[in-house]
Amino acid sequence: MSAWDRFLEAFFNPVVMSRYLPDILKGTLLTIELAALIIVSGLALGLALALLRSFGFRPLNLLIIFVVDLFRALPPLVIIVFIYFGLPAVGLSPSGFVSTWLSLMFVLMAFSEEIYWAGITSIPKGQWEAARSTGLTYGHALMSVVLPQALRLTIPPLTNRTIAITKGTALASVVAVGEILGMASSAVSNSYNPSPLTMGAVAYLILFLPMVVFGRYLETRMAWKR
Amino acid sequence: MAARPIVEARGIHKHFGSHHVLKGVDLALAERELAFVIGPSGSGKSTLLRCLNRLEEPSSGSVVVDGVDMLDPRTDLNHARQRIGMVFQSFNLYPHMTALGNVTLALRKVAGKTREEADAVGRTALDRVGLADRAGHTPGQLSGGQQQRVAIARAIALEPRVMLFDEPTSSLDPELVGSVLGVMRDLRESGMAMVVVSHEMGFARNAADRVLFMDQGLIVEEGTPSQIFEAPAQERTRSFIGQIQKH
Ligand SMILES: Nc1ncnc2c1ncn2[C@@H]1O[C@H](COP(=O)(O)OP(=O)(O)OP(=O)(O)O)[C@@H](O)[C@H]1O
Ligand SMILES: [Mg+2]
Repeated sequence: MSAWDRFLEAFFNPVVMSRYLPDILKGTLLTIELAALIIVSGLALGLALALLRSFGFRPLNLLIIFVVDLFRALPPLVIIVFIYFGLPAVGLSPSGFVSTWLSLMFVLMAFSEEIYWAGITSIPKGQWEAARSTGLTYGHALMSVVLPQALRLTIPPLTNRTIAITKGTALASVVAVGEILGMASSAVSNSYNPSPLTMGAVAYLILFLPMVVFGRYLETRMAWKR
Repeated sequence: MAARPIVEARGIHKHFGSHHVLKGVDLALAERELAFVIGPSGSGKSTLLRCLNRLEEPSSGSVVVDGVDMLDPRTDLNHARQRIGMVFQSFNLYPHMTALGNVTLALRKVAGKTREEADAVGRTALDRVGLADRAGHTPGQLSGGQQQRVAIARAIALEPRVMLFDEPTSSLDPELVGSVLGVMRDLRESGMAMVVVSHEMGFARNAADRVLFMDQGLIVEEGTPSQIFEAPAQERTRSFIGQIQKH
């Protein structure tokens, strides 16, 4: 057997691949589910925090900044392990799925809050003043004038950050979640053949490559025409 | 002219930290009057205007606009601000909205009009500034002069009783200044009370009732345009007028 054949045998073994394809597909669906939950809840919480912060209530803002910095500083895996193995000590036992969801949700919340906040503060003061001078309330000025412009600025960095954090769903394999990597690794140990990892990698590419390309596209066309 | 002034500001002081920017300014503006404010950079002209609609909080003093005490905590400030239009040097149009969207936002959100009503009022306002045909354009698709006229339309659509202009033509290319001044002249002829901070002396000469010269947080001198421009009583006024006429 040549080296090339051994390579094909190891990483592209058709028998192993067809046998574990259903598992990988199941894992892919779970990854999609987990990613969707993380993205929706993380981005929504991040926006909520940024809006709260814009009211400029100092004690609240210090708290927000503290929480945000905490989740930006901790490695996501540490948060996952903390929730999964730590919370049972206080009587809560979230599943691996929920632990991963919550952890990455908080991480995305923290990073996206900073991005939203940067967007909101980058809108020139004159926009607020024009809006307020016509009698718009603070809330109306924020929602109708400032936020739409801020959100547009945040889309490219937000997309990139969301991709980076969502890829972290692979960490769920550590806490026994059958997402793509979890399925692939157990297939590898059952079949003594790494081909399922190839399928796993392809599944990640199919999920994330379009998002990466989309992020790049947004980045090139975000300039605002004034 | 003897009637109640439309704007009456008394004893306005403004501090920014330790910086005393307005040092007791009085300003009474009669109905239909145009007051033109000049003065060196940093003398407090913008701050004074911004105190009148409370974009800036006066440290002390009183401001009454159209009978409404602007500094009374019980005053509905957002409602009161609709009576005071403001036009900024940098236009401050909302770049994500069309000209009509800019003009109608406050009509819908503050004046409580339906979209149809607001659009009708907004189109009339755009027509008054000669931009009826630009209603669907965004600010990025308009020239500076057109943008500033949209900003004026945004303010007058709310039917204010007085309009504040803070250097409305200072960031315009010279060939676009005329169109904005034309709109301001029309407004003035319609009887709008106005306070204008500007360097357009030609406009002041033939449109202003009164010229006020500010320096270091005080109104140093005021009078008719010809008094102030041709025979200023104060040395500071004279040297300022001399300087700007050199340019
Ligand atoms: N928000 C602020 N915080 C601190 N200082 C301020 C603020 N706004 C204005 N000032 C200061 O107040 C003084 C008066 O400013 P203002 O803008 O009213 O002057 P101005 O007469 O309009 O000048 P210009 O002709 O340059 O527009 C300046 O020294 C300025 O630096
Ligand atoms: Mg100024």
